[in-house]
Amino acid sequence: MSAPANDSQDYVGFDTITQQMERKFLKRGFNFNVILVGESGMGKSTLVNSIFSSHLVDSQGRRTAQEVIRKTTEISPVTQTLEENGVRVRLTIIDTPGFGDQCNNEGCWVPVIKYIKDQHAAYLERELKPQRDRVINDTRVHACLYFLNPGSRGLRPLDVEVLKRLTEVTNVIPVIAKSDSMTVEERTAFKRRIKEELVFHRIAVYPYPSEEDCDEDRALNSSIRDLVPFAVVGSEEIIDVNGTPVRGRRHGWGVINIFDETHSDFVHLRNFMLRTHLSDLIEVTSQRHYEQFRTSQLRQIKELRAQQAAAAASGGIMGSMPQQVPPQVPAVHQPMA
Amino acid sequence: MKEGSGEEQNVAPSVYSHVSRPGSHRYKSAKKGLPFNVMLVGESGLGRTTFLNTLCERVVIPPREAGNCEQAHIAEPMQFKHYTVDMEEDGMKIVLNIIDTPGFGDGIDNENCFTRIQEYIEMQYDNVLAEENRIKRNTKFTDTRIHALLYFITPTGHSLREIDVELMRRLGSRINIIPVIGRSDSLTPRELVLFKQRVMNDISANGIPIFNFPNSDDDEDEESVEENAELRAMLPFAVVGCEEVINEEGRPVRVRKYPWGVVQVDNDEHSDFDRLRYVLLNSHIADLRDRTQNGLYELYRTEKLSGTNIIAGTAAATNPAAVAPTAAATGSPVVQPPMVPQSHPVAA
Repeated sequence: MSAPANDSQDYVGFDTITQQMERKFLKRGFNFNVILVGESGMGKSTLVNSIFSSHLVDSQGRRTAQEVIRKTTEISPVTQTLEENGVRVRLTIIDTPGFGDQCNNEGCWVPVIKYIKDQHAAYLERELKPQRDRVINDTRVHACLYFLNPGSRGLRPLDVEVLKRLTEVTNVIPVIAKSDSMTVEERTAFKRRIKEELVFHRIAVYPYPSEEDCDEDRALNSSIRDLVPFAVVGSEEIIDVNGTPVRGRRHGWGVINIFDETHSDFVHLRNFMLRTHLSDLIEVTSQRHYEQFRTSQLRQIKELRAQQAAAAASGGIMGSMPQQVPPQVPAVHQPMA
Repeated sequence: MKEGSGEEQNVAPSVYSHVSRPGSHRYKSAKKGLPFNVMLVGESGLGRTTFLNTLCERVVIPPREAGNCEQAHIAEPMQFKHYTVDMEEDGMKIVLNIIDTPGFGDGIDNENCFTRIQEYIEMQYDNVLAEENRIKRNTKFTDTRIHALLYFITPTGHSLREIDVELMRRLGSRINIIPVIGRSDSLTPRELVLFKQRVMNDISANGIPIFNFPNSDDDEDEESVEENAELRAMLPFAVVGCEEVINEEGRPVRVRKYPWGVVQVDNDEHSDFDRLRYVLLNSHIADLRDRTQNGLYELYRTEKLSGTNIIAGTAAATNPAAVAPTAAATGSPVVQPPMVPQSHPVAA
């Protein structure tokens, strides 16, 4: 690593830390975990494959009559390593086939919330081990793409229930994936309506306003919040438009180019998720959601120990000193209904 | 429609003559329109309202008010909303009675929607059954039996969802179900073809009864048979509805405008809307009515009468004058309903 050209003896050189960190980072790579929540047929797989420009996940939708209709929400994680310019990411996409697909969808969110909390719990458990790994494999969910139904007038009852719970445990980004059946007016009205309803129900979607933000960040976040929910169109197909290859959809009345900003918010979503807010998504997961989980878990453990101590003290002979309770995080952690 | 024996409207109908059952009267088209009762079922956002408004070429169901945010999480129970529209199609007057079902499938738990719709359909049959069994019948009886149920499927691109299968399976033997793909402009032509195939495979694999344009017994002419085959191949009908009309080369055209192009609702290449409209209001209106009255109703009637203990009406009509005053009692005696249900031929 060549030192900066400044040879003056007053030059300290701590500004090279960014390069030192980058080297470490390049060697280690990083994890990025995204969960997809939405009914089947909303375009989840296609969108994710479009965002990462590769066929990462297969659609889990029911294609043939022989396939049985799912009765519950399944959790289906797929991990792949992608590399770009020497930077490696271990990307895990968690699909949730069966979510919202039944006649009675009561509780269909429970496996999803449980999975997210389980990852926090697993991380906490490893953190609390007397002998910790140098680098804990981070399986915590950094982002949740929540798929809204185009055509609904606003949030549906199921959306409200699920979003309230999801936003408490992870960064939620609401999207409309098959927005090519909405006219521009319909899209605008829908977005406005969704934003109103989110505010009314106090559902906090990502990005969160934060005091640390400088003016530039605030402006960027504000413009992103304006776009929510992202009205996108995904496609794994390259079609020919007057000789130019275009990633899009060919209808009988026109061709959609998913990168065209007048056609869809796809570019904005991808830039937001990967080019401007990727590290923030990871950091906020750790600093906000994981911390909340950790605090509540440790409090529970403390209370449990206090109860046991009290029981032992009042129990007299039978109660000896309560044995050191190892942080059995998974046991204490109850999936929230 | 089968040729009747030319009975006038105000004859006290005999139970045995199937043409003169309540509701199957031949209406003089000059005065009244032919009643046609259609139910629309589908989750909100699939275009039921727009479809109806487009069909009638006027705003029958006004766009739903945005309402306030507090309502969003409250799942309104499904309602049955009635609308009546006078239509004229090819010189034939039709009184279109629509029953919309806003709230279907919109809640978290939608299990009871099916039962409620089934009860509603059967209630109309019960009304007819009760009317038939009356000693003194009402010749102005309004037949509210539903002739067709348009079921709107979400354009997922996959196969049927549980709610689709359940609805069609439970109601298919009570009512003519015509499956329709709502918002079909979200699918590309290729996706649409595949989706239609998948849906129809699902329907036949699960043994779901739908109205699949059966050839009735006296359809001997090749043209009808061919037409039915063609329509069968189009199922489920892909509809796009819209209420915006623009002027194209002097003609009013109904369109949906996107940044990448304009969908023309009446263009057969863009949607099956026109064909479906023709089926409902013109080519198959008689078939749908006939199958309801002479097939599905009879099936229900048989099931109901054999399943329950119906004791024949006690008082025989002794005084013909006591029977409907307007009855021109031209020798057709009022007969008590038989204790043993007649087995009427069920139309295909």
